Amino acid sequence: MTSTLDSRAVASPSASTRTRKGNAARRRRTVFYFIAPAMLGFLIFFGYPLIATVYYSFTRYDLINAPEFIGFDNYVRMFTSEPLVGTAAYNTLWLVIVLTVCRVVFALGVASVISRLKSGVGLVRTLCYLPSLAPPAAATLAFVFLFNPEYGPVNAFLDFVGIDGGLWFNDPAMSKPALTLLVMWGSGELMIIILAALLDVPQEQYEAAELDGAGPVRRFWHVTLPSISPVLLFGVVNSIIFALQFFTQAIVAGSAAAGAADVAGNTKFIGAPQNSTLTYPVWLYVQGFRYFNMGYAAAMAVLLFVVSAGFTWILVRQLRKSQHQEEGG
Amino acid sequence: MTTLAEPRHAAPASEPPKVRMRRKWDKKLYWIATHSVGIAMGVIFMLPILFVFLTAVMSSDQALSSNFWPTEWHFENFIEVFEKAPLLRYFGNSMLYSTLATVGALVSAIPAAYALSKLKFRGQNLFFMLTVAAMMLPPQVTVVPLYDLWVRLGFTGTLIPLIAPYFFFDAFSIFLLRQFFLTIPKDYLEAAKIDGCNEFKAMVKVLIPMAKPGIAATAMFCFLFTWNDYFGPLLYTGETRDSWPLSLAIASFRGMHHVEWNLTMAATALIMLPVIVLFVFAQKSFVKGITFTGVKG
Repeated sequence: MTSTLDSRAVASPSASTRTRKGNAARRRRTVFYFIAPAMLGFLIFFGYPLIATVYYSFTRYDLINAPEFIGFDNYVRMFTSEPLVGTAAYNTLWLVIVLTVCRVVFALGVASVISRLKSGVGLVRTLCYLPSLAPPAAATLAFVFLFNPEYGPVNAFLDFVGIDGGLWFNDPAMSKPALTLLVMWGSGELMIIILAALLDVPQEQYEAAELDGAGPVRRFWHVTLPSISPVLLFGVVNSIIFALQFFTQAIVAGSAAAGAADVAGNTKFIGAPQNSTLTYPVWLYVQGFRYFNMGYAAAMAVLLFVVSAGFTWILVRQLRKSQHQEEGG
Repeated sequence: MTTLAEPRHAAPASEPPKVRMRRKWDKKLYWIATHSVGIAMGVIFMLPILFVFLTAVMSSDQALSSNFWPTEWHFENFIEVFEKAPLLRYFGNSMLYSTLATVGALVSAIPAAYALSKLKFRGQNLFFMLTVAAMMLPPQVTVVPLYDLWVRLGFTGTLIPLIAPYFFFDAFSIFLLRQFFLTIPKDYLEAAKIDGCNEFKAMVKVLIPMAKPGIAATAMFCFLFTWNDYFGPLLYTGETRDSWPLSLAIASFRGMHHVEWNLTMAATALIMLPVIVLFVFAQKSFVKGITFTGVKG
């Protein structure tokens, strides 16, 4: 504050407009130096490929021969004659709905339990957060082992309690639920964000609600939920986008459970069992980088872009709103 | 300290020692009862990691027997995995990728985040929103032209396509650093400028030292993200085994040694270990950084 007063005092009527203009130019140059690398990087690694993807989506391109313009053929093929893209889209839609709901509700549940603890918050938070740092490829392998139908500890435990464990990653109906469990186990980041929001809810509001005779459930609905709703929205959008790009866990689980010799080397086991783990990004990868149908993969990418841009827009708008609130007061 | 002091206040001196003992136990039981849900949650979350480490030291037969606890402890499994696969090489590749990418992300993101949080310019809001959008975009959206570009430059099969972009633009690092920088009062920078610093000097001499915890957190997230990255390496180094990082190698390891789950879990434990060590040492920065990514600013 003092500094602005000082500079105004110095720059009072005596300062000529020319130096002021010079200052503005210098300031603009400074800003340019600071953001030039990032701008360049943005243009090369986001701007250019976004536009180029749209162009490639109208071509047939195998990386060796020049792209050949074929109009809307890729899109037509995508929506009509190719069954596996439908399977992939269905799997991803399944994940978008189930995985998002499970992840957010679970993270909210765990965070509320932690927020009620009187002591040991740090320890419990640490234990719940740590799994989310595990490398996805490694965590997936661990889960394929844990959920092994014959000798995995999970089915052994279920057997002990008297429940018939399923085939999990080897059963087309159970592979996606198993992947969902894996994601829930690794949702510690979201839990910490929600926990921080929960601890931020003003205590007086709870007390006021309690005086008005509101029970725990009503307090949760009328006090907790409204105050943490921006963070929950962030969690939902974040989870949807996470589900839309679900790749590593799906491709590793599918291949590893089927006993593939080498995930990087063959396509035979991708999506196993019975294409139930063939997500949209996995099929995009196979089309583009195993079959070298780059144009077709680009068309798939354009559709993915449209869908995820829609959800990103919701988040950006929310972000802008909270920013205005902060600046406004 | 408090547990020692409290009973003295609560219980009169004349009370027999037996009752005092029981009170202490009651208190402990009460604590366990009220915290049982929390404790149970923590245990459940840790179980998979515990099983990985327990299976890693089993004999290969026992790993297939659905026993939880190893009957014999085969710590030599950890050495055997290094003989079965060139894990050291993969480890080196992972280190190279993660370290260089982290350095690059900091070099490019600190000035950008400084401009976004401490300077005023036209299009600032737009630039910030574009950064957020880039952060949220699935990597598969831009991958076709980028792959094409790197093929033409002749860099596929190396780690260069993975590392180079970080030296220009890493949306997440810019975003996170901006959030941290916003918490540092502008007054310090103004004071430095009155003392004759230009913006660059103010950033290096004042902001960076003050923002050290935030920069450390950003570096850790970048390291972690690249260490865990699977899609990028699969795309660019999938066919060049020599350039594989650990994440890629681990997924193929199990296939190469079919039923030897004990060795696969030993390798899995080895790739998880650096992450766990990093976390134990820098837990607070992680938590703070994560909280900052929630929509707060």
